[in-house]
Amino acid sequence: MDLTSLSALELGSKIKNKEVTVEEAVKAQLEKIKAKDKEYNCYITVLEEEALARGKEVQRLIEEGKLDSPLAGVPVVIKDNICTKGVKTTCASKILYNFIPPYDATVVEKLLNAGAVIIGKANMDEFAMGNTTETSIFGETKNPHNTEYVPGGSSGGSAAAVAAEEAFYALGSDTGGSIRQPSSFCGVTGIKPTYGTVSRYGLIAYASSLDQIGPIGKNVSDCAAVLDIISGYDSKDSTSIKQDSYNYTKALVNDVKGMRIGIPKGYLGKGLDEEVRTSILGAAEVLREKGAIVEEFELDAVDYAIPAYYVIASAEASSNLSRYDGIKYGYRTEDFEGLQEMYKKTRSEGFGNEVKRRMMIGSFVLSSGYYDAYYKKALKVKALIKEGFDKAFEKYDIIFGPTAPSTAPKLGESLSEPLKMYLGDIYTVSVNLAGLPAISLPCGADSTGLPIGLQLIGKHFGEKDIIRAAYSYEQSR
Amino acid sequence: MNITDETIEYVAALAKLELSSEEKEKAKKDLGSILSYIDTMNELNTDNIEPMSHVFPIKNVFREDIVTNESNRDTLLSNAPKQKDGCFIVPKTIE
Repeated sequence: MDLTSLSALELGSKIKNKEVTVEEAVKAQLEKIKAKDKEYNCYITVLEEEALARGKEVQRLIEEGKLDSPLAGVPVVIKDNICTKGVKTTCASKILYNFIPPYDATVVEKLLNAGAVIIGKANMDEFAMGNTTETSIFGETKNPHNTEYVPGGSSGGSAAAVAAEEAFYALGSDTGGSIRQPSSFCGVTGIKPTYGTVSRYGLIAYASSLDQIGPIGKNVSDCAAVLDIISGYDSKDSTSIKQDSYNYTKALVNDVKGMRIGIPKGYLGKGLDEEVRTSILGAAEVLREKGAIVEEFELDAVDYAIPAYYVIASAEASSNLSRYDGIKYGYRTEDFEGLQEMYKKTRSEGFGNEVKRRMMIGSFVLSSGYYDAYYKKALKVKALIKEGFDKAFEKYDIIFGPTAPSTAPKLGESLSEPLKMYLGDIYTVSVNLAGLPAISLPCGADSTGLPIGLQLIGKHFGEKDIIRAAYSYEQSR
Repeated sequence: MNITDETIEYVAALAKLELSSEEKEKAKKDLGSILSYIDTMNELNTDNIEPMSHVFPIKNVFREDIVTNESNRDTLLSNAPKQKDGCFIVPKTIE
């Protein structure tokens, strides 16, 4: 039996019932990675020896009754912008090519406390800026459904690893869709939690007011189980928010009777691929047949989410990435004269094109004379987008639509036209601007066999609503 | 939006980047088209709207000023491109 085809919870339960040892699971996972990853390139780092040693340790702890998490012993891959103590964390960038964090991110600490075995670090777009995983200095990740296509991004390595059974589950990060869109393109499930639900401590910052870590898994239950572990208040993250309950697996209930579901008309309009539309509307019909009340409505201001997003995200990026100076860690240029030239050459050689582009947009919109017209304007648009969602959630429990306007594009087609690439984020960025939770899950495939993703958006702290609806849909497929 | 050479040079200086002439031309074109698209925000009336930086009204999150971590100077320094005697080595900044 190929263990790697099990879901994370299935494997966890087999380990608990002594049908499988943690070592066997780790070995099976490593073998799968060896067999497949040359082709897909999901991993930046594979921790072979470390994972085998950790597997033994976790097995012992389970036998001693010291670990009772449903995911104890299950191998996991972590996106390479999340700090892992003693393990290279690169952000897929030359500027951090050799960075070894002296500490674990809070999410990593929580996973380890629950008995996780970290099997490696996942490929991504450089600094999580991109939606194809083609901007990594370690080379592009390929879509396991068809290697001529991108896996999406920026958490493309995480999503592709789960799709290729090179990982039981993964952690990704989502600033404008970076968990949901690759989940959609790779036919797996991913959750972007409410801002403040999962600690950002140890997540290398891109746009701090939008960044959020979340799970990518083979199904809704796995994602809920991971979220149970990684969520929670953290005093090390000043934007962390205390909540009453972090028990998401409780929401795995197959029942949507009376649930009010709104579909924004703009999410079905111009720019949406016909096959995606058909598939999404089919999924809506499934939920309606199960007793949900589904209707279309107008969502205010959402058309302006992409311009507002690129202003805010780029502005924050230009500030956050000013820390890479060639002094404290990472890359430093070889030849230079004086401090200023060292900064400039280090950064020009260390960052890739898309990162430079966003830092320049960010510097521009924050510069004197343009600040009000761009940055302040974008923050006002953000306020209106949030207001639009607030109004919608007075009438609906969840908002329903596609994750992306099309299925995965071919490799090499996106990077030459940045603006066109940015427009691919149309259904995902508004969720980050408004700080909402959202899930992407598979709802079919197009005529070429590439997966289509369905996105469910919840109100603030409404993870349980979207998990329940997603689980109900999944049970009916 | 038309981006001039001066604007690109100014923005590159702010971002502490050195661009080749090829990169400058590309950046002019890209920034121009991206900013023109961003300008569509102006279609939306935002008079009397307060700019919102954070979605949740959390501010001034304080904690007691207590050291909780150990000193790990050597580990931290081990990531530095150049270091000596417990210090970061930087280019000379004063004459």
